Amino acid sequence: MRTATSLNRVDPQAADAAQGPSLALAPKPEATLPGAPLPVQQAEAPIRRVAAWLRSALPKLLMTMLSLGLFVAFWYFATKYKLDFYIRFTNIPSPGEVWDNAARLAQSDKFYNNMYVSLRRILLGFSIATVLGVALGLLIGQYRGARALLFPLFETLRPVPAIAWVPMAIMLWPTNETSIVFITFLGSFFPILLNTIHGVNSVDPVLLRAARCLGTSEYGLLRQVVLPASLPHIFTGLAIGMGVAWVSLIAAEMISGQFGIGYFTWEAYALIEYADIAIGMIVIGVLGLMCSGAIRMLGNMLMPWMAGSTHGGQK
Amino acid sequence: MMTQATEQPNATGHILVDHLRVRFGSKAAAVEAVSDVSMEVKPGEFISIIGPSGCGKSTLLNVVAGFVKPSEGTVTMDGKATDKPSADRGMVFQQYSLFPWLSVRKNVEFGLKQKGMDANHREEAARTLLGLAGLLAFENHYPDQLSGGMKQRVGIVRALATSPQVLLMDEPFGALDAQTRVVMQQILTNMWQRFRISVLFITHDIDESIFLSDRVYVMTARPGRIKAEIPILLPRPRTPDMALSPEYLRIKQQLRDLITEESLKAMGGELKDSGLAGFDIEVGPKGVAELI
Repeated sequence: MRTATSLNRVDPQAADAAQGPSLALAPKPEATLPGAPLPVQQAEAPIRRVAAWLRSALPKLLMTMLSLGLFVAFWYFATKYKLDFYIRFTNIPSPGEVWDNAARLAQSDKFYNNMYVSLRRILLGFSIATVLGVALGLLIGQYRGARALLFPLFETLRPVPAIAWVPMAIMLWPTNETSIVFITFLGSFFPILLNTIHGVNSVDPVLLRAARCLGTSEYGLLRQVVLPASLPHIFTGLAIGMGVAWVSLIAAEMISGQFGIGYFTWEAYALIEYADIAIGMIVIGVLGLMCSGAIRMLGNMLMPWMAGSTHGGQK
Repeated sequence: MMTQATEQPNATGHILVDHLRVRFGSKAAAVEAVSDVSMEVKPGEFISIIGPSGCGKSTLLNVVAGFVKPSEGTVTMDGKATDKPSADRGMVFQQYSLFPWLSVRKNVEFGLKQKGMDANHREEAARTLLGLAGLLAFENHYPDQLSGGMKQRVGIVRALATSPQVLLMDEPFGALDAQTRVVMQQILTNMWQRFRISVLFITHDIDESIFLSDRVYVMTARPGRIKAEIPILLPRPRTPDMALSPEYLRIKQQLRDLITEESLKAMGGELKDSGLAGFDIEVGPKGVAELI
């Protein structure tokens, strides 16, 4: 049998000649780049590109601004004229008041501290949920024994919403802080676990067989085939889990918290600082959006092979 | 140059199937998939197994690969039982089985990585092999960016990368169009002659089996037995115009008769007469309802 070194000496052109018909089938690499901009005259290129971008993005941008503008306008007029038709705007702060209070809070260390505390709780609870959910999901999905042992337990616990755990969590954990992190963890754990199991179960069996024929060990199979093959489903679980983590966190902070943006929002209601309620809501929304965005970015980074299939088909 | 590898003294890749039976299911409801099959792939030989669908030819291959255990009989390679999958027996599947998250080159490197080869050597070996298959320009593409024929070429290269003694191929070109198939058959012959390894090739395409093989085993309808063993004595290298030679046509006629018989059996005994007789009935504009 020839070795790799002797193969090295094969004249590439001879090899190509032997593969003649096959090369005709193969598209030229430069022709396969999708969406590559056509060469435009050098000087005009940037201007044209900006113009083209504006043409395609402008209508969408205008519609976005219009819908947001309509919402704020309705809010403004509803609070200005104290609308009262079943839903009551009598005590609702106006956009102007909210803006003024936001400017004041932007100078407040206490407010930033609330944001920091909430983000830290999310990060902790969500990270633990990710590690445990993915690890247990891989085991339950891949091994019948683990499934038989663990799945019934999780199926029993899963229908209990994370918020229902609040009183129990306060008794279970030594500090308020740990019980809130626990609630956040619980909220995101089950979506991550279930999606990981689903991902493992939907791994194409031919990939497992191919890997076995290539000499993979049992651990190698889990690490090098099952995990990457399940990543798309795992990231679906992470995205859902992040959403539920925020829901659980805010509820837990409102009920049992000290500090945190959920606590801030509830406290504003108790202190009749109505404008701060709106600010708390907006900040929660923005932070949640940022966390989801971070998950999506991480997903795109870890799954470059999905780039073609997720974005290619969109119009 | 064209001497058979069987004449080499210490050649490996010798597969021996001895009175193999494979049954699925529990004892009472057991279905026999493979029934008393004995066959052989000598070192360096290209062997095809052809038979009607569901005849157990894939099961036979899976036993050789180590995915299925024999119920009776033995399957050995170079004297050792094939009781679990191993990189000694490279496998190419009908479905594209490339890892979608790995680039073409990383796919080829996969088996070498399992062997513990370091990254530099892996890359060098993979690039060499991809060059041979005319795929070097695509080394950094992901599988989803390739055509079906290219994917299957990568599949073959990946299976060859670990220097297996035998290549097991389960209808590898079944999903490809006719033109691509012919080209792939030439590429496979080419690779086989370069690497001088044994090949066990499953197909239901008669022309494919003649074009590629040294010998063809014909299997019966389920439960699969070996019905005939046909040597293909056409000279190598084989060219597409050999398909018109008297010898080729004689073999083809022989194989077709054998397989037609079995295909009819596989479709059910009753269909044999009444089903075919039905083709003579002139339905005409009246439609089936009126005939009945």
